[in-house]
Amino acid sequence: MIYASLKELSAALAARKISSVELTRRYLERIERLNPALNAFITVDAEKSLAAARDADTRIAAGKATPLTGIPLAQKDIFCAKGWRTTCGSKMLENFISPYDATVIVKLEQDAGMVSLGKVNMDEFAMGSSNETSYYGAVQNPWAHGSGETRVPGGSSGGSAAAVAAGLAPAASGTDTGGSIRQPAALCGLTGLKPTYGVVSRYGMIAFASSLDQAGPIAHSAEDCALLLTAMAGFDEKDSTSLERPQEDYARALGQSLKGLKIGLPQEFFGDGCDAEVMAAVQSAIEAYKNLGAEIVEVKLPNSHLSVPAYYVIAPAEASSNLSRFDGVRYGHRAAEYDDLNDLYRKSRAQGFGAEVKRRILIGAYVLSHGYYDAYYLQAQRIRRLIADDFAQAFKQCDVILGPTSPTTAFKQGEKAADPVQMYLSDIYTIAVNLAGLPGMSLPCGFDKQGLPIGLQLIGNYFDEARLLNIAHGYQQATDWHKRHPAGLD
Amino acid sequence: MSLTLPEVERIAELARLELNHDEAETARHQLNGIFSLIETMQAVETTGVAPMAHAQDVSQRLRPDAVTHHDADGRQRDAFQSVAPEIEAGLYLVPKVIE
Repeated sequence: MIYASLKELSAALAARKISSVELTRRYLERIERLNPALNAFITVDAEKSLAAARDADTRIAAGKATPLTGIPLAQKDIFCAKGWRTTCGSKMLENFISPYDATVIVKLEQDAGMVSLGKVNMDEFAMGSSNETSYYGAVQNPWAHGSGETRVPGGSSGGSAAAVAAGLAPAASGTDTGGSIRQPAALCGLTGLKPTYGVVSRYGMIAFASSLDQAGPIAHSAEDCALLLTAMAGFDEKDSTSLERPQEDYARALGQSLKGLKIGLPQEFFGDGCDAEVMAAVQSAIEAYKNLGAEIVEVKLPNSHLSVPAYYVIAPAEASSNLSRFDGVRYGHRAAEYDDLNDLYRKSRAQGFGAEVKRRILIGAYVLSHGYYDAYYLQAQRIRRLIADDFAQAFKQCDVILGPTSPTTAFKQGEKAADPVQMYLSDIYTIAVNLAGLPGMSLPCGFDKQGLPIGLQLIGNYFDEARLLNIAHGYQQATDWHKRHPAGLD
Repeated sequence: MSLTLPEVERIAELARLELNHDEAETARHQLNGIFSLIETMQAVETTGVAPMAHAQDVSQRLRPDAVTHHDADGRQRDAFQSVAPEIEAGLYLVPKVIE
């Protein structure tokens, strides 16, 4: 039951084989038992979760359930949830009880009737690829549990991925600014989707880099992700970059044949710099797609090597602007002692933010400062256009682009923490997708010799999520990588 | 490009972040590493390329400049101020700004 699909859970709830309260209790019990070793959750409030589960049971009994009503999930602690402590992984928001709900929370919990199991760990303000920058401590990758080693779950949605991989929740919300859904999904053997920019509302999702941030689901399968995205997506007037598009059923294409599908392989994703075991698993996935009737075409993304440099201008610039709101006046940490207003700002921010967040604020403040804007921010936005144009050219030749999600499997805690540049390069295959604003997924496609999961990345054209999900689903019908779970957690 | 310590201190002041000497020195070292990564971007010829801010090139929606949530009894204000470090009579308290 712990690793059941959302469809199976939905059927069990509808048939009254289990109540939402019983189901919620099972996950809460597992969280209580296993979270001390994994540190996936920052905040758990069993009473709140059980009250929501009781409401869901009432709704099911009244015949007003949606397919997701009564199913528990973990919420990334970046989403403001009314009455819940919402920390964004930072000391700055250690005592912040959100007075309002993010649109994603409203849609998943109020509209769809899902039950929050609590708020899951993340890199501070979503800035990181290992979950090591969280003020609330690093998260253990469940696949390394019991191995005597501590390995990262990826980041920034590392708590989301660890919680789902360990069976502490059947699904989780995540956000992805440069790979923060796809890379942890890859490192934890899960399926995750970052939608087209503008498809899911950013309202109430604590802003990191506003032109790149998108929320999406992390779950076991493409089918689960399709159900979750259908509930999460939609136009929202409260988000000024939300796109006015009709509501979609993202599960509508599931089961369609992949015969004749054109899969583009960008040569830039198959060169040096990728671990050999990761590459071998990706090659096997390509063979599996050929067996399903797909055709392989070579495509080029000649500017993809510029995506990390452009990202580390655009994301910090937007972050330095977004994080200026944390000033110790209206909410968040305030220093105990200060001389004047300016000193209150400087000390509150110095004490409230961690090292990586400060680094990015400094980069951002520099590239936006007088005399440097054109050379950095504007140049990065021009390169962003070149990167998006490369994808547009590639999609003239293929339906979907395939490659690795991450150049390595889960690395050891501390391995890259001291060298920011090395850490940044772990997102080398995912960042271009955010810059272009395209939808991207990661799904499990094998394991390395140490038993650590390997992720396959699929990149779709704008608004092609339904087809993308079916392409992942087709693979998951033919393989069982997504059905493997870490040992030693029972 | 290589950042100097006074430059790092100036950026920190612009960003309202207190850094002591050691922190500024560490930041200088790390920022120089990051900027050497960023600099690879500078060699690219981008004359005539339009900067891209939003994938769909849509502009921000406008709405009428009108109150959408009335708060006659002040309850909404109270809720939002419940997370403030220091308030009094509906006002945020900060150190004296004008002598």
